[in-house]
Amino acid sequence: MTKQIHLAAQLPGIHNVTVWPDPRSGSQIAVDSFVHLARTAERGRFDFFFLAEGLRLREHKGRLYELDVAGRPDNLTMLSTVAAVTTHLGVAATVNATFNEPYEVARRLATLDHLSGGRAAWNVVTSFDSFTGENFRRGGFLAEADRYTRAAEFLATTRELWDSWAGPDLRADPVSGQFVRPGAGEFAHRGTHFDISGRFTTPPGPQGHPVIIQSGESDAGREFAASDAEVVFSKYNRLDEARAFYRDVKGRLARYGRSPADLRIMPTATVVVADTDEEAVAYADEITRAQVSPQTAIAHLEAVWGRDLSAYDPDGPLPEIDPEPDSLVLKGHSVFRTGRAETARRWRALAGERGLSIRELVIAVHGGQTFVGSPHTVADAVDHFVQTDGADGFVFATHLTPGGLDDFVDRVVPLLQEKGVHRPDYTGTTLRDHLGLRRPTDTGRSSGNTREAS
Amino acid sequence: MSDGPLHLAVALDGAGWHPAAWRSHDAVPGALFTAAYWTRLVTEAERGLLDFVTLEDALGPQSAAPHRPDDRTDQVRGRLDAVLLAAHLAPLTTHIGLVPTVNVTHTEPFHVAVGIATLDHASRGRAGLRPQIAPRAADAGHFGRRTTPQLTDDDVRDPELIAERLRPLFAEATDVVEVARRLWDSWEDDAEIRDTATGRFLDGAKLHHIDFEGAYFSVKGPSITPRPPQGQPLVASLAHASTPYEFAARGSDVVLVTPRDRAGTEAILAQVDEAVDRVGRDERARPLRRFAELVVFLDDEPGAAIRRKERLDDLDGATYTSDALIFTGGSGELADLLLDWRAAGLDGFRLRPGAVPHDLTAITRRLVPELRRRNAFRTAYGTGTLRTRLGLPHPRNRYARPC
Repeated sequence: MTKQIHLAAQLPGIHNVTVWPDPRSGSQIAVDSFVHLARTAERGRFDFFFLAEGLRLREHKGRLYELDVAGRPDNLTMLSTVAAVTTHLGVAATVNATFNEPYEVARRLATLDHLSGGRAAWNVVTSFDSFTGENFRRGGFLAEADRYTRAAEFLATTRELWDSWAGPDLRADPVSGQFVRPGAGEFAHRGTHFDISGRFTTPPGPQGHPVIIQSGESDAGREFAASDAEVVFSKYNRLDEARAFYRDVKGRLARYGRSPADLRIMPTATVVVADTDEEAVAYADEITRAQVSPQTAIAHLEAVWGRDLSAYDPDGPLPEIDPEPDSLVLKGHSVFRTGRAETARRWRALAGERGLSIRELVIAVHGGQTFVGSPHTVADAVDHFVQTDGADGFVFATHLTPGGLDDFVDRVVPLLQEKGVHRPDYTGTTLRDHLGLRRPTDTGRSSGNTREAS
Repeated sequence: MSDGPLHLAVALDGAGWHPAAWRSHDAVPGALFTAAYWTRLVTEAERGLLDFVTLEDALGPQSAAPHRPDDRTDQVRGRLDAVLLAAHLAPLTTHIGLVPTVNVTHTEPFHVAVGIATLDHASRGRAGLRPQIAPRAADAGHFGRRTTPQLTDDDVRDPELIAERLRPLFAEATDVVEVARRLWDSWEDDAEIRDTATGRFLDGAKLHHIDFEGAYFSVKGPSITPRPPQGQPLVASLAHASTPYEFAARGSDVVLVTPRDRAGTEAILAQVDEAVDRVGRDERARPLRRFAELVVFLDDEPGAAIRRKERLDDLDGATYTSDALIFTGGSGELADLLLDWRAAGLDGFRLRPGAVPHDLTAITRRLVPELRRRNAFRTAYGTGTLRTRLGLPHPRNRYARPC
């Protein structure tokens, strides 16, 4: 059966994806940028618009990392604005389970679901890093091993809060004079990470529960995805490794009584479209070189080597000296935290094998665009990737803010629609409708028994 | 002060401030959790050219008692998050200020600052923050991270006693506002340099750790969000006693007070002045605007407003009382009262509509024209930010080197 492709757009708020020297590159913080990209995505009948999160500016060699395209909004707040100027597009945010509490996350997401008419989604992440913790009164309190137990309990607790109001609890009936049914919002959770009780403030939104997203490729992360998530983000956008990930994660669902259709797998990807394949390849190369500037190449190398390499020529060979595995020069980035000696060995081998300079190596390992070509080439490649079970769709991070998806939406989306693999128009109103996900079975008060007949 | 333009704000909460307001004939209680409901109210407030709206919020459901939860089912219970609600209203409005209430006892200071900075970006300089401490001990149980003082039935009869018992929470809230302001300043306006020669998007010398270390918490900084358009969004706080007057004198741009009459206005404003002196605030550099609060039931037909209020009292089974004076009457009388009190030194008022849409519409379509006839209210919005409208200077960035 032909699969329908699910599409999402992301406005980056850190790293080096944004090609800011391009004169078309606009503001990373102005509301117009978010509105432009979201409206473009909605015009292309995308499933949702996504904003990630980073709760501390990264630091490099003891200074604020000046190469980062940083400076982002509070994502849920901005998405609430975006929801006001769109009608169908889902709105998804990463919200950290370490530096928030279930009560506030549950009410903010329920609020977004109400205000958007059922379009909210939550990418659940945990962080254990004490560096980010310095921005918070609780500090970096979480042991690494406790990450997924906290995330799992956080999510379970949040669901209990959403379920603490049953649908019929909100009566608002001026005739009987009853606004709520007795016990609406009552909850008690006694667990390892959370021991809370009382009354929840916000009735569930149109989706019951916002859509739950998970990202992370570790074994524990995959298991969490299989048990609890409805969408999975991954970094695997090469078809071979994507298919392995897809097979593995979908294969885990049965253990939790779930079917493959209960979970959408959406790798992060980039796309470069031009009139011809040749032009697109040339433009993609230009984008990649702009993303990995000479300075960025050195900084990435320093992050792996754990030492100052500013004296090295980015167009020259890799350093002879060995990495310092215990020194962390780039703070606030999980990728470069562990296994750096091994990474350095791999990088050296790759550079030696292909005769790559420092910058060429960093481009080879980090850079490159996922889908490159004429509109037809890109449409075929995206479709092939999905139909051969590399993914259910993609999250496109844009290299230009805010116009980076204009070409894809104007030139590729119509081809996907012609192929019958992408909706010509929205058929539902909620994000669950777009993703083909069931509404969660209410586990709380609505399951039939209420404490008092009413 | 008393000869400048009168400033008017409305406080939106549920179906209005009377607990039975949702049972008024024109109420739409089933819509309280929809975007359309709030859009209609704020659009109406903007049509009246009001300075700003505030949105009530709390980290626990409403209760008939200020200090503990109750089991009543005949009043509005449940709310949307006020910051997200304000952000949703931002692109649907153009001029009006949006001032959500934010609990600062249980919310991380970093989240408070970044949320309001984002609202200011989203609204192009119309954001405010109404910091509120958690007066209900039960709300702490929703977080399980700390306990807060349990007020007694005796305490809640006297604002000074309440403030006395909650003094540590006010001290902590003072630190939260200080941290928010530092985080708002932590990006200098020109921190984003986009320097292609060096590949730097940011100038690290213009981004600042705030290194706040207080008695209650510490925050490193800088913010993740560039400096908001207003520099520092408006901070407005409600105050009924000496401790909260001092809290406002330290950190707020607008203090909201609750006098019962003209003489009371003078007495309270004297207390505010003393608090300003006590904390050493220089009002030439950092003006503090003084607003009085009123609950209003507004009908021009004689006796109609009081009858409406009494009918709601009957439905609720109790006479509605409030920390603020409850006004019932016509727009002419209300205009008289506002101008009389203002002469005591107020800059403006935050009106709490007893029932919406009725009393909100009465404010925008009756009171506002009445004030205009007396040359006491604007006939058009000017340009500029919410701070500009209130005559507040753009705050200098504490981290920027003077040039």
